[in-house]
Amino acid sequence: MTPTLRQFEHDATAMADDLRLRAVIQKNIGTYDIAVAKGRTRFADWQNARSRAAAAKWETINHLDRYLEQFERNVLANGGHVFWAETAQDAREHVLQLARRHGVLKVVKSKSMTTEEIHLNDALQEAGIHTVETDLGEYICQLRGEHPYHIVTPVMHLSKADIARTFQEKLGAPLTDSAEELTMIARAKLRHEFLTADMGITGGNFAIADTGMIALTENEGNARLTFSMPRVHVAIVGIEKLIPRFEDLALFWPLLADSGTGQALTAYSSLIGGPRQEREADGPREFHVILLDNGRTRLLADAEQRDALHCIRCGACLNVCPVYKNIGGHAYGTTYQGPIGSVITPHLRDAREWSHLPYASSLCGACTDVCPLRIELHHHLLHNRRNAVRRRFDNVVQRFIFRAWLCAMQSPARYAIAAKLGVLALRLGWAGPLLKPWTDRRDFPAPPKQSFRDYWRKHERGA
Amino acid sequence: MRVALFIPCFIDQLYPNVGIAMVTVLRRLKVDVYYPAEQTCCGQPAFNTGYWDEARALARRYVDIFADADAIVSPSGSCTAMVRNFYPELLGKATNATVHTYEFAEFLVKRLGVTDVGARFPQRVTYHDSCHALRELRLKDEPRQLLRKVQGLELVEMDQAETCCGFGGTFAVKFPMISYAMDDVKVTSIQKTGAQYVVSTDSSCLMQIDGYLRRVNLPIKTISLAEVLAST
Repeated sequence: MTPTLRQFEHDATAMADDLRLRAVIQKNIGTYDIAVAKGRTRFADWQNARSRAAAAKWETINHLDRYLEQFERNVLANGGHVFWAETAQDAREHVLQLARRHGVLKVVKSKSMTTEEIHLNDALQEAGIHTVETDLGEYICQLRGEHPYHIVTPVMHLSKADIARTFQEKLGAPLTDSAEELTMIARAKLRHEFLTADMGITGGNFAIADTGMIALTENEGNARLTFSMPRVHVAIVGIEKLIPRFEDLALFWPLLADSGTGQALTAYSSLIGGPRQEREADGPREFHVILLDNGRTRLLADAEQRDALHCIRCGACLNVCPVYKNIGGHAYGTTYQGPIGSVITPHLRDAREWSHLPYASSLCGACTDVCPLRIELHHHLLHNRRNAVRRRFDNVVQRFIFRAWLCAMQSPARYAIAAKLGVLALRLGWAGPLLKPWTDRRDFPAPPKQSFRDYWRKHERGA
Repeated sequence: MRVALFIPCFIDQLYPNVGIAMVTVLRRLKVDVYYPAEQTCCGQPAFNTGYWDEARALARRYVDIFADADAIVSPSGSCTAMVRNFYPELLGKATNATVHTYEFAEFLVKRLGVTDVGARFPQRVTYHDSCHALRELRLKDEPRQLLRKVQGLELVEMDQAETCCGFGGTFAVKFPMISYAMDDVKVTSIQKTGAQYVVSTDSSCLMQIDGYLRRVNLPIKTISLAEVLAST
C-alpha cells in the first residue's frame, strides 16, 4: 500500500463519517442543483449543445499542434509573449524570472487551477514575493492555509459562520452573519492589494487560436482587476484550453457558466487580446502567456483517453458524484478532485502512486451524464483500472484471487464446487477477509437452501 | 421465440427466488424459457477491477453458450449492461448474444410490449434506480410502468432515487467507508418515503441496502422487481 493510498483512506474515512461536513456539502450542492436545473432550460437543446461542444473540442485536441502554433503566432502579433512550459518547474521558473526582471514585490492572482497544479504560490512566497489570492473563495483558502476544496467553488466545505470565524481570526474582523458584510471585509482588503501589485497572474478558461486571446470567466470582477491594474500580466494556461475560433465562445461560454454555476453567463466574461496598445490609457505593459504541458501530452498520446483533455473544468462531475459528496475535495489529495481528477491524475502524475483513485468509484456514471463535453468519465475510470493491472500496479493477492476465480468460472462443475464451499463458509459464519469490510457494518444475506441451478435441475429438467 | 435465462452467479447462489420469480412471470405470459446449465458468471467483477483478460475469457464463454438464443433475459441490469455494453469493447465486436441480452423489465416492456403482468402486491413501495439499469441501459420508466400496473401497489418516489447505493462490486470492499456513507444517504432517502418496501431491478443494490437496513433494525424490506411481479 502506497503512502498516498494510506493517506486517502485515512482522510476519506474521516470525511465520510463527518456528518456535519456532509450536511454543509449537501446544502451547497443543493443550491447549485436548483440553479443548474433552471439554467438548463435556457438551452433550446442541451444534448445538441453537448454534442457540438464535444465535436469542436475533438477537432481542437486532435489537431492541437496546429492550433497551439496558430495561437502563439496571434499572441505574438498582438504584442504578447508566449512561453512553452513542459513541466511545472519550467512554468514556475519562468514566472520567477519575469518577476525578477520587472522588480516585482507583490503579485495579485485570480482563481486558477493551473497555478494550484504547479504550486506557484509557494514558489513566489519562497522568493520573497508577497502573493495575494483575489477570488473570494481562494482568498479564504489562502487565509486558512488550505487548498481549494472544489475546482470551481474553492470553499464549498465552509458555511457562512465558518468564513466569519476565519475573518475574525485572520483579519481581526468583527463577527457577522451577513454575506454582504463578509464580502465588504474582503473587498476593503483586496482593493489595496490591486492598487499596489506589480504583477497580475491569471489562468485562462479558453485560449482562442484564431485571435490569440485569452477568455476569462468569473463573477467578482477580481480577474478583470488582476489583469488590467498591474504592470505585467501573466496567464498560465493548460494546452488543452484551446478552442479554434472566436465564435466558439458563443457555445462554450454559456455551456461553462451553466454547468459551473447554473448561470446564463457569468457576471464577468473578459477577453484579453494583448498588452496596452499605443494611445490606450490602461492595461498591463506586458502580456505573457505560459502554455503548460505538465503531463498533458502523455494523455494526448493515448488515443483511447485523449478526450479527457476536452474538459473545461466546470466542476459538474464533482457536484453529482456521490463519492465526492461524501468524502469532499481535500481527501483526494489532488489538484483536480472528483471524477475528472480520478481520470486524469494517473496520467498527469505518477501512474502507480495515483492508481487507487480510479478504484474509488462505484462507477455509477452520474458524472458522464452531466459532462457538457460528453466525456465518458466512468468508462475512463475502467480504462485506468485496466491500465493499472496491465502495468502490474495491482497487488499479488488480488491477482491470484482473480486467476483462481476465473479457473472456477470456466467450468460449471468447478463453479458449483466453489459456490458450495462459499455457502458452507457463510453458514459457518466465516465471511472471510474478502467480505469483512462489507459485513463490518452490514448483515450479509443468509444463503438459501438451494441455488437456482439446483432448483432448475430438480423441478425443470426435461420440462 | 425461445428465451434463454441468464441467471447471474450471485442471483444463482444468493437470490434464487429472484430467478424463479422471473420464470414464473415469463411462463404466465406464455413465454417458452430454457436455462443453459453451462453458464457461470458474466465476468463483471474481473472487468470492473481491471482484469480484462480474465473477463474476456468469460465473455467468450457467454457468447458461445448463448449464441443461438432468440433472446436472453436476466434479472439484473448490471450484468445485462456488462454483456450488452461492455462485451463489444472486450471482444472487439457485438455478437448475436450481446445484442439480444435484455434486463427483465426491459424485455417485458420493450420487447414483449407488456406492462400489466397480472400481479398483486398491496404495499407502499419506493423504487431504487440501479445505476447500470438507469445509465447504461437507460431504463427509467419501464420498471415504473410495470409497478404502476401492479394491483394494490402504491409507488412513492424518493428524493434520491437516482443516487447510487454505494455497492459498486469490489468498490464496497476496497473503500468500505465511502460505500457505507453512500448506503447511509440512500437509506435516509428511502426512510423519508414511509415505504414498506424498496424495489429495484438489481439484487446487488438491494443486498447493499438490505444489509444496512437489517443491521440497524429498520422495518423496511427489500424486494426485487421480479418478485413483485410474480406476486398474486
